Amino acid sequence: MSGGRDQILGSIRAGLGRGRLDAATEATLTESLKAHRRNLVPARAAALDHAGQIALFIAMAEEVDATIARVADTDAVPAAVADYLTGQNLPARLVMTPDPQLDPIPWNNRPMLEIRRGRAEDGDAVGVTACFAAIAETGTLMLLSGPDSPTRNNFLPDTHVVVLRASQVVAAYEEGWDRLRAKGAMPRTVNFITGPSRTGDIEQRLVLGAHGPRRLHIVLIDDAGA
Amino acid sequence: MQPTSHDFKANAHRALGDKNLQRAMGMMRTGFPEKRAMAIARMPEFDALRDDGIAIKQQVLKHLDFYLETFEKNVIATGGQVHWCRNAQEARETVLALCRALDAKTVTKGKSMVSEEIALNDFLEANGVVPVETDLGEYIVQIRHETPSHIIAPAVHLVKEQVAESFRATHTQFPHDRNLDEPRTLCDEARTVLREKFLAADVGITGANFLIAETGSSIIVTNEGNGDLTQILPRAHIVLASIEKVVPTLEDAATLLRLLARSATGQEFSTYTTISTGPRRETDTDGPGQYHVVLIDNGRTALLGGEFEDMLRCIRCAACLNHCPVYGAVGGHAYGWVYSGPMGAVLTPTLIGIEEAGHLPNASTFCGRCESVCPMRIPLPRMMRAWRAREFAKKLGPKTARWGLAIWAYAAKRPALYRTMSAMASRVLGLLGRARGRFRSLPLASGWTDMRDMPAPEGKSFMTLWAEQQKKAAR
Amino acid sequence: MAEPVRVALFVTCLVDLFRPTVGFAAIKLLEDAGCTVTVPTAQTCCGQPAYNSGDREDAKAIARQVVAAFADFDYVVVPSGSCGGMIKAHYPLLLAEEPAVADDAKALAARTFELISFLVDVLKRPDIAARYDGVATYHDACSGLRELGIKDQPRHLLAQVSGLTLKEMTTPEVCCGFGGTFCVKYPEISDKMVTDKAVDIAATGADTLLCGDMGCLLNMAGKLARLGSGIRVRHVAEVLAGMTDDVAPIGHVAPDKA
Ligand code: SF4
Repeated sequence: MSGGRDQILGSIRAGLGRGRLDAATEATLTESLKAHRRNLVPARAAALDHAGQIALFIAMAEEVDATIARVADTDAVPAAVADYLTGQNLPARLVMTPDPQLDPIPWNNRPMLEIRRGRAEDGDAVGVTACFAAIAETGTLMLLSGPDSPTRNNFLPDTHVVVLRASQVVAAYEEGWDRLRAKGAMPRTVNFITGPSRTGDIEQRLVLGAHGPRRLHIVLIDDAGA
Repeated sequence: MQPTSHDFKANAHRALGDKNLQRAMGMMRTGFPEKRAMAIARMPEFDALRDDGIAIKQQVLKHLDFYLETFEKNVIATGGQVHWCRNAQEARETVLALCRALDAKTVTKGKSMVSEEIALNDFLEANGVVPVETDLGEYIVQIRHETPSHIIAPAVHLVKEQVAESFRATHTQFPHDRNLDEPRTLCDEARTVLREKFLAADVGITGANFLIAETGSSIIVTNEGNGDLTQILPRAHIVLASIEKVVPTLEDAATLLRLLARSATGQEFSTYTTISTGPRRETDTDGPGQYHVVLIDNGRTALLGGEFEDMLRCIRCAACLNHCPVYGAVGGHAYGWVYSGPMGAVLTPTLIGIEEAGHLPNASTFCGRCESVCPMRIPLPRMMRAWRAREFAKKLGPKTARWGLAIWAYAAKRPALYRTMSAMASRVLGLLGRARGRFRSLPLASGWTDMRDMPAPEGKSFMTLWAEQQKKAAR
Repeated sequence: MAEPVRVALFVTCLVDLFRPTVGFAAIKLLEDAGCTVTVPTAQTCCGQPAYNSGDREDAKAIARQVVAAFADFDYVVVPSGSCGGMIKAHYPLLLAEEPAVADDAKALAARTFELISFLVDVLKRPDIAARYDGVATYHDACSGLRELGIKDQPRHLLAQVSGLTLKEMTTPEVCCGFGGTFCVKYPEISDKMVTDKAVDIAATGADTLLCGDMGCLLNMAGKLARLGSGIRVRHVAEVLAGMTDDVAPIGHVAPDKA
């Protein structure tokens, strides 16, 4: 089907009533791809200061059934996770990504938490991951795949606990892109996650936990001085 | 899928008499519009976002060749492959060849309308590859041997009792008398069944809401997370996308995503928006080993530069279906092919021909609600009218309607004759209807009077009365 | 106003045939607001039946006829959003490729207004002195609403009618199922739509249904009558002009004539 490519490109050009674009036009278009200028970014989050953005992130995430615990520092994370699991009657056994972002957390403070670092498997009830950024505009988490952050950990466990730092909260998706580009090449998968999995496919009645996590819990570390 | 669009009237008749369907459509007619209206009220920049979204798509269409070539280059650079397919058959065969090369037995699938368009499932099945739909609604219609009746809510025409019945018939591994009364229990059962399928699948096939030229990525949007389990667990991820899905940059995708969720379900953002670029990296511990994008033309290029080009801006949000009173009355299956509602009324004839699909652009009151809610401001009524003009030029409509129109037009172009005829009709009907003020039946007007009374004219036409008055005044 | 505003009335074929009172109500409203009104005799219909059936040639011929007949007035006023929308929104497109009339069609479009929006938007809300005793609900006819932006104007004027209370439907903006030839080409679907509409109307508890378009009015009046509803159906201009004593509600006969 190698002829398909040329034929499709040919009919596009025929439809547009022109031949192949000239080199100058292509160069301009390539430049504008490189510039990746922003379109309109809604004021909702962009107009706020960082504290306001964090508050908006929390409000938006809660609106879509995520739960959030704010903690003062890294040291408080294990207790927050343990308390959440107890409160939900969930086992204190969890799979945690090998993400170095999670390394400074003193998990040993809570010996009751049984932690496995690595890839989630079917049957893992609770997963803990870090994340890359969070978008205040819609209460959205941004997670990247990588050697230390397998994507399946975001989807297989029934309960997904995300450790987020306040400094990771940005106003809009566009800032997420900027941070991503600054980091380097695209990862295999970028996940924008806004609340736990859901469906409305039966009589448009909302049911949480369709295929992905039934619960999304965010532990937000106030590291921003916010 | 064998189209039944030519049978639209019979399909609609059946749908109007189907109690379950009517109950289901009743829920959808209010639900979606209310949620959309609320979401848009919260986004004061919505109209400005629309302008930006339209500009993005127009820029893409003007340079479609460039963006597709750039997209391809970047897919290859990140280790993936692009397969260009001119039509449905090439696309089906490409997918089958990829499955065979991987020795695939089962494939899981995220919801993809272009997959329906190329009738992929039947073809795979006939060739020994088992496709499993994983979107809950799509899974329900698959086990019922139906097709989606809505582009984002495939089972919107069903009520929960019908779903329960199908689950009992299909999931025979569970006790027959189990409780399946609520969407919650139905969903849990599907989750259990499909989890196994996700883990066992050899290949995952998804559609794409957008392709990003800048990065060579595909984007899918779901609420369930099925599209993610579909693509990360198996050995290969195949993306099916029609060529107009490409957009230049991630920034452009962000703008369109802001429009999509709000227009579709009234959500601020869909639960999962996933950007996939190439196969798993060498050091990754999960993800597909192969990444293939099957780029499908199937009639798109023929729309470029013509009167239906604007249709290529469509982002498949379904707002036009959700707000269409005709769709709301008869549901999607009545349209007889993959796409329904206003977008289907315009698109279907371009894909399967106006001879087959002539009813669709005619079955509209031109109420204009579709265009008013379309995030891409696609002039759907204008294009339905364009189809009617083509039909008329080809003399395809029913003969009686054409003659009636010709007689009426003859008079309408001759004011004096028209005045006389109108005065007469007013007089005669006025006299006949004098007693009750309306008719319960009228010869030649049964289309009207079978359903409703025909109010009688006052008795003299306006022009007659006006002339009388002017004469009096002149005296 | 030194010079009176010279208005030509485009009667519309349905008003001409079914409901001349609407035409006279329009004239009264316009004259009360200080206009002089003329009714050009070379008018028949706006051409929508042809246009919406795909018959472009006849539609163009009729459009050219309207463009010529209505050339010499300050404004053209139409007691229908549908026909008004045809002239205002569609004539310029339809005649765009006919150099002899393209500009005239655009000029006509710019001067043409639906009656109620003309009173409110152009003449800046003249006072309405009418009285109507009843509870009314108002259906937003599709073309007027979406092509011409008619939504608040009739409600502003109705608010001045003494004795009248307005009660809104849940979905006043959803199509009634008329759609010109649609209602006879797809009668079952049309019936479903107008039945839903009738339910919505009845649920308001209103005793009167008002709307600015004869097509929709005939459809809804016909359905309400078939369902045995006693709701009175009228063109909004009849109420605003205080002419409801001149003629029985649509589809009814005056008690003394029955
Ligand atoms: S035509 Fe417009 S409203 Fe309809 S699905 Fe496409 S983008 Fe959405």
